[in-house]
Amino acid sequence: MSKLTTRDLNFYYGDFHALKSISLEIPEKKVTAFIGPSGCGKSTLLRTFNQMFALYPDQRATGEVIMNGVNLLSGKQDVSLLRAKIGMVFQKPTPFPMSIYDNIAFGIKLYEQLPRSELDLRVESALTRAALWHEVKDKLNQSGYSLSGGQQQRLCIARGIAIEPEILLLDEPCSALDPISTTKIEELITELKKDYTVVIVTHNMQQAARCSDFTAYMYLGELIEFGKTQKIFVKPDRKETEDYITGRFG
Amino acid sequence: MAAAIFTLAALCGVIIMLGIQAWPSITEFGFSFITNSVWDPPNNVFGAFVPIYGTLITSTIALIIAIPVSFGIALFLTELAPAWLRRPLGTAIELLAAIPSIVYGMWGLLFFSPIFAKYVQTPLMNWTADIPFLNHLFAGAPIGIGLFTAGIILAIMIIPYIASVMRDVFEVVPPLLKESAYGLGCTTWEVIWSVVLPYTKAGAIGGIMLGLGRALGETMAVTFVIGNSNILDGYSLFSMGNSITSVLANEFPEASLTGFHQSALMELGLILFFITCVVLSLSKVMLLRIKKMGGP
Amino acid sequence: MTLYQRRKMANMIALTLSLMAMAFGLIWLLWILETTIVKGFSALSWSLLTESTPAAGSLGGGLLNALVGSLLLVFFATVLGTPIGLLAGIYLVEYGRFTWLAKVVAFVNDVLLAGPSIVMGLFVYAVIVVPTGGYSGWAGVVALLLIQIPIVIRTTENMLLLVPQTLREAAFALGAPKWKMILAITLKAARAGIMTGILLGIARITGETAPLLFTALNNLFFSVDMSGPMANLPKMIYDFAMSPYPRWQEIAWAGVLLITMGVLFLNILARFFSRKKF
Repeated sequence: MSKLTTRDLNFYYGDFHALKSISLEIPEKKVTAFIGPSGCGKSTLLRTFNQMFALYPDQRATGEVIMNGVNLLSGKQDVSLLRAKIGMVFQKPTPFPMSIYDNIAFGIKLYEQLPRSELDLRVESALTRAALWHEVKDKLNQSGYSLSGGQQQRLCIARGIAIEPEILLLDEPCSALDPISTTKIEELITELKKDYTVVIVTHNMQQAARCSDFTAYMYLGELIEFGKTQKIFVKPDRKETEDYITGRFG
Repeated sequence: MAAAIFTLAALCGVIIMLGIQAWPSITEFGFSFITNSVWDPPNNVFGAFVPIYGTLITSTIALIIAIPVSFGIALFLTELAPAWLRRPLGTAIELLAAIPSIVYGMWGLLFFSPIFAKYVQTPLMNWTADIPFLNHLFAGAPIGIGLFTAGIILAIMIIPYIASVMRDVFEVVPPLLKESAYGLGCTTWEVIWSVVLPYTKAGAIGGIMLGLGRALGETMAVTFVIGNSNILDGYSLFSMGNSITSVLANEFPEASLTGFHQSALMELGLILFFITCVVLSLSKVMLLRIKKMGGP
Repeated sequence: MTLYQRRKMANMIALTLSLMAMAFGLIWLLWILETTIVKGFSALSWSLLTESTPAAGSLGGGLLNALVGSLLLVFFATVLGTPIGLLAGIYLVEYGRFTWLAKVVAFVNDVLLAGPSIVMGLFVYAVIVVPTGGYSGWAGVVALLLIQIPIVIRTTENMLLLVPQTLREAAFALGAPKWKMILAITLKAARAGIMTGILLGIARITGETAPLLFTALNNLFFSVDMSGPMANLPKMIYDFAMSPYPRWQEIAWAGVLLITMGVLFLNILARFFSRKKF
């Protein structure tokens, strides 16, 4: 059951053809990993899903990105509402310059007007599901910057899931974190897929092997192979995939 | 190192010298210098309330106008303007800062004030004539010059300072932070107001303080349009008045060397210097506190 | 109205207001420039640049004495002020960076930078004009120095601080003595920015009137004697603009045009320098 489907998706940075005719299906409530060497387009692909490229005038996409039966690239959907359904966490933790509580509440308040008591519950729920509640429950009023790197990233994850998206996009979420925080987040991802469809970009193949159910291998803007993680890592169909997995390059 | 000490010496020198010159006036009038509103050179009575009031009011008016406008300009330059327009528009705003203040003064007096009197003051006065509190605020004859006009001219002069600093700090906000906000579905305004502005708090305040310092010390532009009246009747924003700088510019050259006139003027200069110092120190303290509270 | 619609409307309003703010700023700029150009242009003539100011009420004459006077004042202030400012800035960053003296000096510099220029004029009056018995060009130069030096110090300091420490360390690793490193490496790296600072300082003092009011005063006759009252453009404009004589007012506007053009030119030049990479 596909949550998000791309069909013949092409992407351009100015004249540079960054994504070439990508067609794939992201399965629902599973973790899909995008892997590949630097510059292969995996982050670019991720960012077309929530139209982050729309912020930059010389970036454009053609083709189809279909979610819930609607082509997101058709321009008919309002971008803000779209992004409410597709959450994103970035390579570096980006807490907002506000208290921990407000970081989470901020997103919720964009879409719902809740009495304070309900808001408190929602904030607690989001922080709990991000495995952060116990560490911050006594200092909700402190600035988001007072947390460690790993905690900040979990804060960003909590922020993303607080607005109940359907898909969660993670762009190399552990690349700026120490190994212990990385482990915590990987455990978190396994929990998150119970409720959300997760797509994770990672340059760490072991991480993809550990966390994901499905993997897409990309190279130079093309989708080389897509399939169950088990298969990709043990017996891939394409030689290019096998070369990358076994470390012959990249 | 000698060069650096020179600066230190210069500042101390300024304060000391002014202090010495102002001493006769300080000892003669004491604290009432600040509260007395009678400025009467022939009779050697000097109360500085009017010019101090004028300086503070015009600067306040200038800030009230300039801060939102500068913020709007910085917003426009960083988020709305198409890429090819950004540099030319940014340069245009900075050119406002390059125009010598005497030009502002002359233009203000000869071109701005008649139009201001006709199209803004008169209708505003007619409109508020019967509204209790407001009619005092806008009373007086619609001549076009006065405290309010000086405030507007000052606002135009300091907008480029505040706007440039705001624009500079807005531009260095990490793109990932803004994308995080957009990623939640924020509108552009929400990103700026809730994320960019708090993130750049320190720089924005610094820019505002810069503008304030400039407004407090501005002489030529203010002297032309403030009305040069040492009498303050009522609280009208449209009344004519004086600022410390305009009093100095107007009266110092002819201040008699006997009596307290010159000394009183020196004391005025000292007070202005002191006000500027206080504003500067306050802003530094504020910035330190923001840094300590664990900003980004 | 739904929450969503309200947010969209708030966004639209805010962005429109920001556009209006931009227009607000531009309108003043254009209006002032237009006024300056129109009124000043009509009074421009060759004689303006070659003759000195006329006597009250008479026709003809020009701004020669004021132009020359301003040039002299600015020249001396720059020539004397730039080295002092540069040296102080170098001290603040290269030699004394973490000493308490440097911190104090930096703070003091900020105060001077923000200080009202007319107060500098008062100070110089008390310190130079009164003891020497008269207004003079040199007094004016000192007043301008007090304004220009802090600007140069500040930009020099900022620019030098931007030079990456690794650059300095590389020079030391080669065994270069400190002064040589500063001259050859850091100053060169910061050259563009420092140049900008100097130009901006010049632009600032060219347009300043207040500090000259009680120091150099003014001189209706041509004189290059720096020990006496010195003609200068800003004060000349100030006196003439408010006078009842039409010819004097014309000349004042021409002076306004000249000063504005000069300062704008210097600013654009400074901007050009700041973008040049060494």
